[in-house]
Amino acid sequence: MQYLVSVIDDKENPGSTDEQPAISVFNERLIAEGYWVFAGGLADTSAATVIDNRGDAAVFTDGPFVESKEYLAGVWVWEVPDLDVALKLATEASKVCKRKIEVRPFQ
Amino acid sequence: MSDVEETITRTHHEEWARVVATLTRRFGDLDIAEEATAEAFAIAVERWPADGVPPNPGGWLTTTANRKAIDRIRRENKRDDKHKEALMVSDDDSPEPLGAIDDERLRLVFTCCHPALAMETRMALTLRMVGGLTVPEIARAFLVQETAMGQRITRAKAKIKAARIPYRVPSAEDLPARVSGVLAVLFLVFNEGYLATGPDTDPVRHDLTAEAIRLTRQIRALMPEDGEVAGLLALMLLTEARRTARVSASGELVTLDEQDRGAWDAALIAEGHRLVRERLAAGVAPGRYQILAAINAVHTSARDVRDTDWSQVVALYDQLVRLDSSAIVALNRAIAVAELDGPEVALAAVDRLEDKLAGYHAYHATRADLLRRLGHSQQARAAYDKAIELAGNTAEIAYLTRRRDQLGS
Repeated sequence: MQYLVSVIDDKENPGSTDEQPAISVFNERLIAEGYWVFAGGLADTSAATVIDNRGDAAVFTDGPFVESKEYLAGVWVWEVPDLDVALKLATEASKVCKRKIEVRPFQ
Repeated sequence: MSDVEETITRTHHEEWARVVATLTRRFGDLDIAEEATAEAFAIAVERWPADGVPPNPGGWLTTTANRKAIDRIRRENKRDDKHKEALMVSDDDSPEPLGAIDDERLRLVFTCCHPALAMETRMALTLRMVGGLTVPEIARAFLVQETAMGQRITRAKAKIKAARIPYRVPSAEDLPARVSGVLAVLFLVFNEGYLATGPDTDPVRHDLTAEAIRLTRQIRALMPEDGEVAGLLALMLLTEARRTARVSASGELVTLDEQDRGAWDAALIAEGHRLVRERLAAGVAPGRYQILAAINAVHTSARDVRDTDWSQVVALYDQLVRLDSSAIVALNRAIAVAELDGPEVALAAVDRLEDKLAGYHAYHATRADLLRRLGHSQQARAAYDKAIELAGNTAEIAYLTRRRDQLGS
């Protein structure tokens, strides 16, 4: 079972930026235990572009699809047996990244 | 009620959770299990009065529900996966050892009370899947529209499936936290029954208190060694024992000191006291439910309110404060302190809680009572007004209103 694990940051109250060494250690453990599928940090939401080509012509919009205080700062994809394992890892991940984490299953 | 109807009701109480749990285990789908179990009971209601009750009602229901579940899966899988279907059919009559079935039921409880579900959802799902209450019954209990309650339960089942909330008893390291989560759900169900909120509902919802007790008994049968399970059951029994004495004929709340103690249920009290003694004898440091049960045991041991051992009650609250430093515990401790050290000492303690409890009706009701006893009528009146404004229980509002109106000027 794969889960998208989103790291949520807050523009008004951003998490600190010096967590990388701890996250690397956590990632190595995820790999060693066979849970790691993918991980990546994201550039600022101001670097996003939204494309809508449902109509006659493609429309490009500068910025994220939804402006909000909270935004996606990075993602993992984990392969784990069930939600309990995902929640346990996410509990650790939140400590390691010092940010909120959303766990959401792939269909 | 006819004998057959009585048997069906009893079987529903005894077997519903077992059948749902067994089917969930087998088909890995709470929705299929629930629907098939409900269908099996509907067939029983239709057939048993004419055909007679089968010799093994639980077995009959499980078999019938199994068939219904397989029918549904066949309908849904008509186009694909014939192989899977054959596998399930071949497994049809595999005998289940009793211990394994009990484990199934426990799995069901832990799944319904999973921390990834919202608290309200856990309560509703537990009442539906484990308690076998219908959606309209649960909707009435929580004063929400039937469709809204139906959606809440449907969404919860969908989340359990999509997010793969596991169907199992948690590992030993996670068990204490998860058991306390289950007990919190049952205690909330009980409290909603005992002090029902809302202007159009009975002040005491016996259906909810009875259901919470029944489910807690089941958990206790499954986990007889757990002290907090025993504590919660004792707490519920000792509270339920006073239920009939707690509301007057005119629908007004009767406080503990004014209750007719002869109207208390002696059998429930005896059972509650037995559980409390059992926990004392275990010699293990008690958790909050055990301490609350012990406090209720002290109250229910006094034949007259004047015989109450208040120093023991305060000592137990001191123990509780060490586990739970919340303002509500402090408020209840202050109520006991009023009996031991007088209302003035208690009022000082209560006033210190204002920041945290200003929006809680019991804070104002307690202050009102202490101010009344100290002869501060005007302040008492203001506190009663505030308590009445915040209270949700009809019997409590009636009681507070009478007390306010009896104040001298």
